[in-house]
Amino acid sequence: MGEILSCVNLTKRFGAVTALDNLSLTIDSGRIIGLLGPNGSGKTTLIKIINGLLQPTSGSVYVEGDKPGAVTKPKVSYLPDINYLNNWMTVEQIVAMFNDFYTDFRPELAYDMINRLGIDKKQRLKTLSKGNKEKVSLILVMSRNAKLYVLDEPIAGVDPATRDYIINTIINNYNPGASVLISTHLISDIESVLDEVIFIKNGSIVMHDTVDNIRSQHNMSVDDLFREVFKW
Amino acid sequence: MKWLLDKKRPICPQICEKLCVLIASGELKAGDRLMSVRDVALSAGVTPNTVQKSFEQLEQQGVIYSIRGSGWYVSDNSRIARDTLDRLVHDKTVSYLNDMQSLGLDKRDIIEIIKEFRYG
Repeated sequence: MGEILSCVNLTKRFGAVTALDNLSLTIDSGRIIGLLGPNGSGKTTLIKIINGLLQPTSGSVYVEGDKPGAVTKPKVSYLPDINYLNNWMTVEQIVAMFNDFYTDFRPELAYDMINRLGIDKKQRLKTLSKGNKEKVSLILVMSRNAKLYVLDEPIAGVDPATRDYIINTIINNYNPGASVLISTHLISDIESVLDEVIFIKNGSIVMHDTVDNIRSQHNMSVDDLFREVFKW
Repeated sequence: MKWLLDKKRPICPQICEKLCVLIASGELKAGDRLMSVRDVALSAGVTPNTVQKSFEQLEQQGVIYSIRGSGWYVSDNSRIARDTLDRLVHDKTVSYLNDMQSLGLDKRDIIEIIKEFRYG
């Protein structure tokens, strides 16, 4: 098992606000990891730095030994927390665009999931519901054959049945050479598929452990522990 | 099959227990092939790493064995599986008795209730 991601003493300040405070972490390959923290704890900032969309104030990030940039983009499949797809395009056109754009894209896998979830490929994105748009975005991201999948709030807008389907998709796509980093608030839905969880608070990691260790040490689910750690 | 995992307990021992119950109850027999790691992961909704770890633990205890490139099989020695089943039966009985005693019933009452009990 190799190391896929490492963050070393990351700090990110936005003016007077410190979003990440000397944060260090490493992620091995073949792991499914939950990035959990309350609103404003720095989850999205960390994810954006991993993807090279933000520059850290100090510290560094390495994806398989390389700093985020042109070399790491083919290795990282990123689902942003906002809709970034062109609304005027049809599902079919967006799949074709991804296929053009990424050499590791597997269109047959994408269409398999699109059909199974009953999404019409001729439909324009702007006519899709919020939930269906999110499904399409996630399908596109999971249809790549990447080393690291970074999913920022992937299941927030979809119904529970689809949530289960998405979780199954993540298990089904499981590949010992790749890792999945998922930021979410919906812990109880997802905790059993996680190998590890990272609790982040005010830009620092307060806990990084396996789900089974957490449960045996605290005799409670990760969801219950989260509610206790982040109680107001 | 239903896995019904308890969210408060670690997943790995729960997977081991379920498989032991299937073996001890005879649903899985010596020499039977287990579901693949991925299939167990999908049906239980857990990560494949956890299932892999559970299988490896059961292998160490001699409950199952693996054949490279083929899969996992139930071994001949089911003592550990039976012990696990006995322990689960014991734990469930204790917790049932505790619950009933907290409702003010003694053992004799409870036995009568079980004798009289009909499903449905």
